[in-house]
Amino acid sequence: MTTTTRPQSTGSAGDGPQAQRSIRGGSLPRYAPPAVLAVSALVASGALFALGSFHLVTAGLITAALYAVVVGAASATVENSRKAKDRLVTAVVYICFGTAMLPLVSLLATVVLEGITRLDGYFLTVSMNGVTPSMDAGGVYHAIVGTVAITGLAALISIPIGLFTAIYLVEYGRGRLAKAITFFVDVMTGIPSIVAGLFVVALWMALFGPGETNGAAGAVALSVLMIPVVVRSSEEMLRLVPQELREASYALGVPKWLTIVKVVLPTAVAGLTTGIMLALARVIGETAPLVLTAGSSAVAINWNLFNGQMMSLPVFIYSQVRMGGAVNMERAWAAALTLIAIVMLLFLAARLISRLFAPKLGR
Amino acid sequence: MTTTDPSATAPPQNRGKRRVGDVVFANTARGSGILILAILAGVAAFLIIQSSDSLAANTANFFTTESWEANTRENPAFGVAALAFGTVLAATIALVIATPVAIGIALFIVYYAPRRIAAVLGYMVDLLAAIPSVVYGLWGIGYLVFELQGFYDGLNTYLGWIPLFAGPVSTTGRTMLSAGIVLAVMILPIITAMSRDVFKQVPQGHQEAALAMGATRWEMIRMAVLPFGRPGVIGGAMLGLGRALGETMAVAMILSPALVISPFLLQSGNQTIAAHIALQYPEATGYGVSALIAAGLVLFAITLVVNMGARFVVARRKEFS
Repeated sequence: MTTTTRPQSTGSAGDGPQAQRSIRGGSLPRYAPPAVLAVSALVASGALFALGSFHLVTAGLITAALYAVVVGAASATVENSRKAKDRLVTAVVYICFGTAMLPLVSLLATVVLEGITRLDGYFLTVSMNGVTPSMDAGGVYHAIVGTVAITGLAALISIPIGLFTAIYLVEYGRGRLAKAITFFVDVMTGIPSIVAGLFVVALWMALFGPGETNGAAGAVALSVLMIPVVVRSSEEMLRLVPQELREASYALGVPKWLTIVKVVLPTAVAGLTTGIMLALARVIGETAPLVLTAGSSAVAINWNLFNGQMMSLPVFIYSQVRMGGAVNMERAWAAALTLIAIVMLLFLAARLISRLFAPKLGR
Repeated sequence: MTTTDPSATAPPQNRGKRRVGDVVFANTARGSGILILAILAGVAAFLIIQSSDSLAANTANFFTTESWEANTRENPAFGVAALAFGTVLAATIALVIATPVAIGIALFIVYYAPRRIAAVLGYMVDLLAAIPSVVYGLWGIGYLVFELQGFYDGLNTYLGWIPLFAGPVSTTGRTMLSAGIVLAVMILPIITAMSRDVFKQVPQGHQEAALAMGATRWEMIRMAVLPFGRPGVIGGAMLGLGRALGETMAVAMILSPALVISPFLLQSGNQTIAAHIALQYPEATGYGVSALIAAGLVLFAITLVVNMGARFVVARRKEFS
């Protein structure tokens, strides 16, 4: 690529002698793939414009298909079938990635565009108390209150249990019990969220009789989903703490539990916090268990976890969609934007913490 | 240093009495672990106990009946046949769409993308996993179903002779295929993450050996990477399947349900267990709640088998590699 003027050079094989070129056969010039891509894009969008049905996604798909076919065919005639297959697969792999970005971009764009029209100070600070479904009023304050209260209690239950279990698995766990816990934590990760909700329904029915819905029930259901996530991430982080740190502490005569509290946990604190925030981000969007346990018809602000139904952001979105009117959909989009913003903030905070306080390993 | 130090003989003395702090701490830790086992046992136990009275009162065969008449105290007749079929169908659609794409993405991130931006691109795929399922449902019903309408019409026109795509096409787009497509997007990051991890672990020597023999990049991947990564990909696909089987909101919001066993993906109809529970629960009376818990138990059992299978496949790979 540096000094050569031969158009056949592939760049990667280096400059072979003249004799080798015949063995390698011909090869497409380096500018061929981008050129084909540009032409495909032009042809695709031109054809769609001519038909009067231009759509970005359709154009992209046709471009990709055209590119794959043309490059594959060109490579098969100029080069050989093996290289043609390689180029074809390269195109397919790129298309796969593009396909995955499509829903992400589309979803985020739709939520932001649709949600921004209604998301304002008013929407965030009033509840739905006294607002009829089709009235052009009301907001999500009660749902934010519920989400904060329920997720907070769920975190209060899950973090100690999850953290202590992780400590047990890393610091104490030997033998059958540890193996059983590891296995069943994996099993617990796979529990469908609706089943966690049903479990609490069944539990509450046994404890308090039928029809009892309150925020605490929702928090317990979320804990069932959150505990395994906390255990998994904490376990990984605790295993990263170097053994020498523990040994140094033991050598100074520090008891094991103090070693864990004063040496192991502070070393891993950044990772632990990150893991917990990611777990929170996961359960904060859970809907199904809350529909079953905390109710889906609360409209007023309720700070009491143990009395009465409690709305939350995801359930708010769901129940507004079920009502189906135009105003309801607007509210749902705005609430979805609020929820996504909260989740993204948690994610950002988690990454920030892990970057700022990352444990210093080794020397 | 060579003189006999009293502390050298101290440990045997200390071994007898354990410090109070150590005992308390160790037992708290062990207790938390045991509590997790108790919770899981409780989940199974309470579901079985609370579902038993409706199952005892059920006048129809629970596993072969399609209809759901449980909201009564007199002769309830309900079964999970249609629901179980719908659950498996939706998850299968999701898996068929997501697995090839996920493998492609994983290959792209590990072998094709420029090193510098590969991590960022991987993070973007992970973002898909961070979006709450209810937002997927909202996006599906408020945006995607309208966009898919033209695609469905085309599919029916050109591939209508395949029974799966037989008409008449639903005019609302609230079909099994729409639900399956949204589920596919949701499980994409799970399968991608697992595949990416195993592809990264492929021994450098295998790859270099293949390239040194003159293999193209694709041939290297086909001969060195894919055979090595297969168990990981299968395990990831099964974990994704487990997630798709239990996913509630996206299906509940998108699908226009009917309790029938129907293979027509472009028409409304079918229903999954999870979505059925979420939709029916607020209106359940009589044996209704108990019957829904019975349906949940079936879902729990299905996902348990799939997830344990996935763990088994992944764990076996670890032993060999």
